[in-house]
Amino acid sequence: MSEATTAAAGGSSGQPTRIALLKVLGPVHVWALGVGIVLVGEFMGWNFSVGKGGAYGSLIACWVVGLLYTCVAMIDSEVTSTVAAAGGQYTQAKHIVGPLMAFNVGLYLVMAYTMLEAGDALVVGDLMKAVAGEFGHADLDPRPFVVLSIAILAWLNYRGVFMTLTVNFVITAAAFLAIVILFFGVAPWEPGKVLLHKELLIDLPYGWIGVIAAMQFAMWYYLGIEGTCQAAEEVRSAGRSIPLGTMSGMITLLIAASLTWYVAAGLMPWEYLGQAITPLYDAAKLTGNGTLQVILFVGTIFSAIASANGCINDASRAWFSMGRDRYLPTWFGAVHPRYRTPYRAILFLIPIAVVFAFQAPLDQVISFSILSGLLGYTFMSLNMMKFRKQWPLGSIKRGYVHPFHPLPAIVLLVLCVATYFATFLGYGATLVAVMAFYILASAWFVFHRYKFVRRGDQFTMPWPRPKGY
Amino acid sequence: MDLWDLLSYAAWAVSVLLFLWMLIDAWGVGRKFQEDFLLSSREGEE
Repeated sequence: MSEATTAAAGGSSGQPTRIALLKVLGPVHVWALGVGIVLVGEFMGWNFSVGKGGAYGSLIACWVVGLLYTCVAMIDSEVTSTVAAAGGQYTQAKHIVGPLMAFNVGLYLVMAYTMLEAGDALVVGDLMKAVAGEFGHADLDPRPFVVLSIAILAWLNYRGVFMTLTVNFVITAAAFLAIVILFFGVAPWEPGKVLLHKELLIDLPYGWIGVIAAMQFAMWYYLGIEGTCQAAEEVRSAGRSIPLGTMSGMITLLIAASLTWYVAAGLMPWEYLGQAITPLYDAAKLTGNGTLQVILFVGTIFSAIASANGCINDASRAWFSMGRDRYLPTWFGAVHPRYRTPYRAILFLIPIAVVFAFQAPLDQVISFSILSGLLGYTFMSLNMMKFRKQWPLGSIKRGYVHPFHPLPAIVLLVLCVATYFATFLGYGATLVAVMAFYILASAWFVFHRYKFVRRGDQFTMPWPRPKGY
Repeated sequence: MDLWDLLSYAAWAVSVLLFLWMLIDAWGVGRKFQEDFLLSSREGEE
């Protein structure tokens, strides 16, 4: 109780009357949250883009989608430096667009992160199974290790955000370092010795349509960097930490993505690389260096754990915020009096992640997660235009102002449309299923839940009335 | 039963213990503190 806040007046005997999430995070934690969620995509997943568009097609898609995410990072940094509250894009939507958009964005966030968490835990289980196989124990059941990963990380999240994201910083930095070590380990200064780009790289096997199709999987290089916004209510200075952590995270990912492509494309033919399960680990194996192999194995495990850890953090903040605003039962809006975490949201999402991990096929889980993220990015472009129109520069205090507006918002929207098309080419049925799910959820919100929402309490930022109101 | 079987059982056991710890703690918090206090967090307030 001694740590509980006394923010509000009214405690006659000096007892606290209100409680809040702890403001203890800095830019390093924001970096760890954003990069931690994403980096697993460098260790696996991105390479399916090679299968769609060839090695060069994957590189083009990597940079084009990198542009999409740079726009996301810039837009998010500006809006979040102003709307400094848990919930991230959900809270932005609530303030700038309206309740139905906010409900949908909140749901995109929870689904994207919870499904990604399930996918990450499955990866840990599969890696344990692979290790057991190497040591002569075939057919190890991966399920206990999947559940253990979720349990340990949920427990860590339950006990406090500072330790959670400090751990994430350490393991994410180690995983990034593994990629850098692999890059130097293949002697890039001596082309032809280990790396065989000249022999392996060919023209686009499926032409430019293959490059477009590759965009869906190129998202793996960066998917989740927007999760930095969820830390907004727990950073000491949102105006400084969120832009600094997000933009430095984006730069880290662009470097990691380029190094990853360069090493893998120089070691494996595109036909193999395009369907490999753990391409960076395979690359380390191909060098014949046992130390590199161990480092990349550890890096792969660490990246999956960091991703699941960040996903639990982000999904619970979004769920908590929606509960606090009555978009969901208010029971979820509770803060732990000792650890100052959204403990009920964390607890509630554990069985959901376990069910996703055990019941749904991995590729479907990941596709649902990617599409939920993509819907969120589409919202961001429209949201940014509305935000600048309603609250022009100078009308409210911004911790960061992104340059060249409205160009990043327009570029983001165009690239989102292109990526929807890419998804339609490969996963048309999943795309329709995702849309149907969100339409049904919206109907539930409009006809059942909206009556509980206190419309007047929604707007919490000390802003002037929007222009033209 | 080899080391991997033991590790599997240990993973189940530790998972159950951690889930139970969280559930018991959450239940204890609910008993010790009033619901209004636990739900008193407000967006945008320091």
